[in-house]
Amino acid sequence: MVLELQKPRPIWQIMFSTHHTDVGLLYLITSLGFLFLGGALALAIRAELFLPGAQIIGDAMTFNRIFTVHGTTLIFLFIIPFASAVGNYYVPIMVRYKDMAYPKLNAIAFWMIPPGGALIWLGFADFTWYATPPYSIISAPGPAADMWIFGLKILGISSVLGAINFVVTILKCKHPDMSIGQVPLLAWSFLSSSLIILVAIPTFAAALLMLLTDRLGVSGFFNPAMGGDPIAYAHLFWFTFHPEVYVLVIPAIGMMYEIIPRFSRKPIYSYNSGVFAFVLLSIVGFSSWAHHMYATGMSFTEKTVFMVGTLAAVPASAMHVFNFVATMWNGRIKFLTPMMWSVGGIALFFSAGAGGVANAAMPLDFTTHDTYWVVGHFHLFVMGTIAFGSIGFFYYMFPYVTGRMYNETLGKVHFIMSFVGTVLVFFTQHVLGLYGMPRRIFDYPPIPEWIAMNQIATVGAMIIGVSMAIFLANMIYSSGKGKLANTEDPFGVGGKYYYPFEAKNPSH
Amino acid sequence: MGGHSNWPEWIYIGVVVALMVWVGAEAWEAERLVEHVPEDAETIIVTGQQWFWTFEHEDGTKEIGELHVEVGKAYKFEIVSTDVNHSFNIHDYVVLMDAIPGRVNTVWFAPTDAGTHDIQCREYCGLIHYNMRGTLIVEEPHS
Ligand code: HEM
Ligand SMILES: [Cu+2]
Ligand SMILES: [Cu+2]
Repeated sequence: MVLELQKPRPIWQIMFSTHHTDVGLLYLITSLGFLFLGGALALAIRAELFLPGAQIIGDAMTFNRIFTVHGTTLIFLFIIPFASAVGNYYVPIMVRYKDMAYPKLNAIAFWMIPPGGALIWLGFADFTWYATPPYSIISAPGPAADMWIFGLKILGISSVLGAINFVVTILKCKHPDMSIGQVPLLAWSFLSSSLIILVAIPTFAAALLMLLTDRLGVSGFFNPAMGGDPIAYAHLFWFTFHPEVYVLVIPAIGMMYEIIPRFSRKPIYSYNSGVFAFVLLSIVGFSSWAHHMYATGMSFTEKTVFMVGTLAAVPASAMHVFNFVATMWNGRIKFLTPMMWSVGGIALFFSAGAGGVANAAMPLDFTTHDTYWVVGHFHLFVMGTIAFGSIGFFYYMFPYVTGRMYNETLGKVHFIMSFVGTVLVFFTQHVLGLYGMPRRIFDYPPIPEWIAMNQIATVGAMIIGVSMAIFLANMIYSSGKGKLANTEDPFGVGGKYYYPFEAKNPSH
Repeated sequence: MGGHSNWPEWIYIGVVVALMVWVGAEAWEAERLVEHVPEDAETIIVTGQQWFWTFEHEDGTKEIGELHVEVGKAYKFEIVSTDVNHSFNIHDYVVLMDAIPGRVNTVWFAPTDAGTHDIQCREYCGLIHYNMRGTLIVEEPHS
């Protein structure tokens, strides 16, 4: 299988192309660019928190802007576009179609990302990634806040367009000889996450407009001074964004479903269980949004309902872990870079889920909510699971896209350093949360435990930072000068271990 | 998609489901007990505003940034905000409740030992959120 190896072309030919692998390449480069930009902001945050007192970021306002743009960037400009990159490259091939269903729409969806990203970065808002009213209405400085709202609006539309395209490509364009039960799990992951997007995003799209008109003073949906209710926003936001966390994680799981069987040289333990877990998660994922709102003054009954909804989604996630472990069991595992990232990602996925269960249990959440515990919890997903799955998959795609091999030793060094760094940062942050340190604070009192744990976290972050520099150097050097890859089987694992059929596309 | 049997996965799912039921049941029971406010609890009105806390006791006395209470009594906090969202937190006593403009949220606690504890804001509220702190002073009973 070759992912579009062509003679080097001028960049504008790729930019104006609507072919799925060209659009995929644009998504890939954009998302990695934002990974490094957003990562740099994270290092600034960690450096600032190394000690109490102002360190490198002079004032609280700048700090608040930095963590807001950090979170917004990595979720909307790294994780989502990276998944779209992989989907663009693989989904048409997997369903044996010549391109995405709507190639022009596909290019448009991509080209909405740079302006969306530019609005967020040029504005540099300070109201956190959930823009909570009434702060975001009466207190947050413009035009940054308004630019953020417009930026998210554009990125949301891009997501919806991309989702429509994936759903139609998979359901309507798959080869007539192929049943839906033969579509590889990676493509299934895009089908499920796209369906979630289509149901979830419109709610936030509406909330964003209401926020904007509230800011303009012409409405008061969320503004108590005008008879509105900020809690209404919290419901609308989390109705979109709890399901959205599954939108983020499901494609990464799908990527692991490509890597794990291949490098274990065994078929997937249970294809049906993988499909079932994806579908189940997409449905049950809608029953838990208000677990983010236990401390807003909800009644006991409401809290109970959302706790049950949250716990009900856990078995679906746990099924994936079982499927991966059972696939590796007795396999002839080849621990090359992509496999290391996937296995590391699964271990962190499991830990993250365990922490999530603690958050979901109502009385425990009053200890963890809005402390560093929560920061640790979701970073084990977004960094530990999603970025790990994505980076591993990037190494895996690399020879197919560039025709050259990356440096394997450096790939492993990158993994080991990132894994150690991730454990140091995010496990420590769980404990820091138990000691009561609130999130989103620019400075903290000199409590000895807080200082010690912040320092461990900062050291961990710097280790990740160094490993990412190694990654960048490896990719830049290898894409031009790496040794030529055998594109039929670059990893020497054979090719027939994973699908019920051979994925081949006559037009590639 | 071989013809292998799936019973290990069913057992595993059974274990996970059982664990979730157990966590849910324990959490439900614990939360039900903690939420039951004692009849004789004294009310303290807690006002959050950018970026400090004000406390008003039943007898009308007001304190800013410091809250004095006595061992052996139960207190019910009525938490309000005059501007944006905040979250009133005494971490050592697992007291946490958002202060939301337009609403009155309640939470209660009963201090057990004399001593001082940190009060902090745990919901992002802007520029000085990081320093929206206070002190809880628990004293021996006065009489
Ligand atoms: C086993 C599955 C999971 C459970 C039980 C779970 C549970 C929870 C709970 C109860 C909270 C609220 C914590 C609080 O604010 O007090 C939370 C926060 C969060 N979770 Fe999860 N979660 C799970 C999976 C995920 C996944 C897969 C992701 C992301 C890909 C994720 C991302 C987040 C984020 C981003 C937050 C915090 C949002 C914020 O306050 O900024 N979670 N989770
Ligand atoms: Cu959630
Ligand atoms: Cu605050």
